[in-house]
Amino acid sequence: MKKINRRTKVIIFTIMIGVIIIGAYIAGILIPDSGVAPDFSNTKLPPSFSHPFGTDWLGRDLFLRTLKGLSISLTIGIMASLISGAAAVLIGIAAAMGSRRIDGIINWFIDLVMGVPHTILIILISFACGRGMKGLLLGIAVTHWTGLARLIRGEVLQLRNQQYVAVSRKLGKSGSWILVHHLLPHLLPQFFVGLVLMFPHAILHEAAISFLGYGLPPEQPAIGIILSESMKYLSAGMWWLAVFPGALLVCIVLLVDRLGDNLRMIIDPYSAQE
Amino acid sequence: MEEKKQPLLEIEDLSVTFKMYDGGALEQKQLQVISSLSVTVYPGEILAIAGSSGSGKSLLASAILGILPGNAEVEGRMIYEGKPMTPDMQKKLRGSEIALVPQSIAYLDPLMKIGKQVDGHKKPYPTQKRKGLFKRFGLPEKTPELYPFQLSGGMARRVLVSTALVEDARLLIADEPTPGMSLDQAKEALSMFRQMADEGKSVILITHDIDLAFDVADRVAVFYAGTTVECAPANDFKTGPEALRHPYSKALWRALPQNDFEPIEGFQPYAGNLPKGCLFGPRCSCKTAECENSVPPMREIRGGEVRCIHAT
Amino acid sequence: MQLEAIDVSFRYDKKSSWVLEHQNFKVERGECVGLFAPSGYGKSTLAKLLAGYLKPSSGQILLDGKPLPKKGICPVQLIYQHPEKAINPRWRLKKVLEESGSLQPDILHSFGIREEWLDRFPRELSGGELQRFCVARALMSGADFLICDEISTMLDVITQAQIWNKILDEAKKRNMGIVAVTHNKALADRICTKVYDLSR
Repeated sequence: MKKINRRTKVIIFTIMIGVIIIGAYIAGILIPDSGVAPDFSNTKLPPSFSHPFGTDWLGRDLFLRTLKGLSISLTIGIMASLISGAAAVLIGIAAAMGSRRIDGIINWFIDLVMGVPHTILIILISFACGRGMKGLLLGIAVTHWTGLARLIRGEVLQLRNQQYVAVSRKLGKSGSWILVHHLLPHLLPQFFVGLVLMFPHAILHEAAISFLGYGLPPEQPAIGIILSESMKYLSAGMWWLAVFPGALLVCIVLLVDRLGDNLRMIIDPYSAQE
Repeated sequence: MEEKKQPLLEIEDLSVTFKMYDGGALEQKQLQVISSLSVTVYPGEILAIAGSSGSGKSLLASAILGILPGNAEVEGRMIYEGKPMTPDMQKKLRGSEIALVPQSIAYLDPLMKIGKQVDGHKKPYPTQKRKGLFKRFGLPEKTPELYPFQLSGGMARRVLVSTALVEDARLLIADEPTPGMSLDQAKEALSMFRQMADEGKSVILITHDIDLAFDVADRVAVFYAGTTVECAPANDFKTGPEALRHPYSKALWRALPQNDFEPIEGFQPYAGNLPKGCLFGPRCSCKTAECENSVPPMREIRGGEVRCIHAT
Repeated sequence: MQLEAIDVSFRYDKKSSWVLEHQNFKVERGECVGLFAPSGYGKSTLAKLLAGYLKPSSGQILLDGKPLPKKGICPVQLIYQHPEKAINPRWRLKKVLEESGSLQPDILHSFGIREEWLDRFPRELSGGELQRFCVARALMSGADFLICDEISTMLDVITQAQIWNKILDEAKKRNMGIVAVTHNKALADRICTKVYDLSR
């Protein structure tokens, strides 16, 4: 009997998740603005076949709007985790390779950033940049690099003391050669997984801030905006306005989280302890 | 002629097979790491299991304790005191009648005081017994209040042996207890095992240091590529190649620095890539065509057992 | 040509106790000097000092009267007890060897390193096989001195004899100096031209 083994299952599952996420993203981009234009002949419709998620008080199709919102959220998630990931690598490596003093200062700084509640910091930064994509990206990036930076610092410190690194030095290899050949290949999977796992956090923060009204402007149909606008119609019985976009956001976040865990199992079975 | 005692543990035709993933590929393969292995341990003796790394000697310890990883399949018979061992029985026996002597203090909880640690979680705490053991091994009175990092090397070894003995174990399994020790230290550590054996307990001493195995053990089982090739009284190994039976044991003797320091060529074959017939065949000087027919069975010669059709 | 330690002492920092105090040690080219002592006498520390892995707290390590070079390939190479720690687990073994320059087929051949091993990862080989790679790597760097820190302690006796016989052959061919750190008296007596006992 031929059974699919666990690793194959994980890989298939991971590819499926990836396809779903990318599909949602592309669908959101491809939807023309006319698809979410107001249609006053069809306002406040509950879910039906022609409008699976129903329509809102302006007659906009909620399904298409949610997809568009998701793709904005995904864009922000990707950008923000890339920026904070890059920051994390640079800062983590600087802390581990530099002198004790630099390490001390960086550690203090990490503690500082971690100590301030994320939501407040993002709101402040977003405000300072005058609401919108730029401020939100910056805010999320500034608050999310710390965990990964700490992880990378720990890894580098440990790698640096490996015997094979000491041997390498005695074989005449330079510090940068060791960084590229010994350290980075080891860090890469960790970094990659850290990046993917940072992603759902970023999306959720974006939604939360936009919901509170400090993030994206209302003309961009981000999930946070959709949810926030739906609040005043909930009491009128239009439950579908909040339930579907909310549920879809949670689904995407869970899927990305799963994706990160699966990737870790595939790339780095040592640390995932299969 | 002394009467044959009832063995404490008999292992017959044991095989351990791992299901593994091959490198980056997704194919699963079967890897037989121990094949048709047989050893017997009697009460009151030290049986040394000697072999190089990869010969399957540490896996044997895991198999006896029933702590092989989930992807391992075990075949063959293990008989403890005349009763076949089942997984349930192994669970009950390990930690009570069968105890593993840890290799180093890395196996102790660094944040727990020695006394508490050695007592374990058995209620009522065997504190009196532990005190007795510590006294017997000449451990200072303050030892139970220390943390593992505060122990000197010698003290640590005595504590480790105590952890196994506090449980009233009848079979002790020591996996490589001596690497890095000087001869004196190793002898001191092993003299504790000798004491245990003299009290009627059985000790399985797993080591790659055959030198040491000859010195303290009563019998030595030589492992090669996942099976036993020879099982003989330790004295035969001291006498020299003429008293030994298997060509591999003879080669081991000759390779010792105090003897000829002359190695044979080649390497121990890998599981999954074993030669046909006798596993030692490709490196053996007395190999004939017959050797390739099948893995030779263990047979008795001159008071020892050997897995070679040419041995006399 | 000689490698010597002159009146070296070592401790990890100002507060900790001395690991080594006022030791002198010398090895000439073409010699194999045993460094013998029970554990706790700082054998490994002296080995690391001689190879430049640690700096002495006082005293000097001199190679032909000059300090060890800080940059470039060190003419004194250290081989560790645990080969699996001295090899990057994520590298194929070919890359491990190439770290010390281009492959030298005669060395690979004399240490019995097979062609097919070069494409494997370290965890697929046994300790004895990996140790051959560590020795070959050190030799291919063109070292003048090899410091062997308990290199055969974890190996079986046949592998031990195989590796040591080859090291001694190569050392003779290249007129290298060897320091053999060991706690095995019989081994020290067998391979060394003289034995230096730290405990005395």
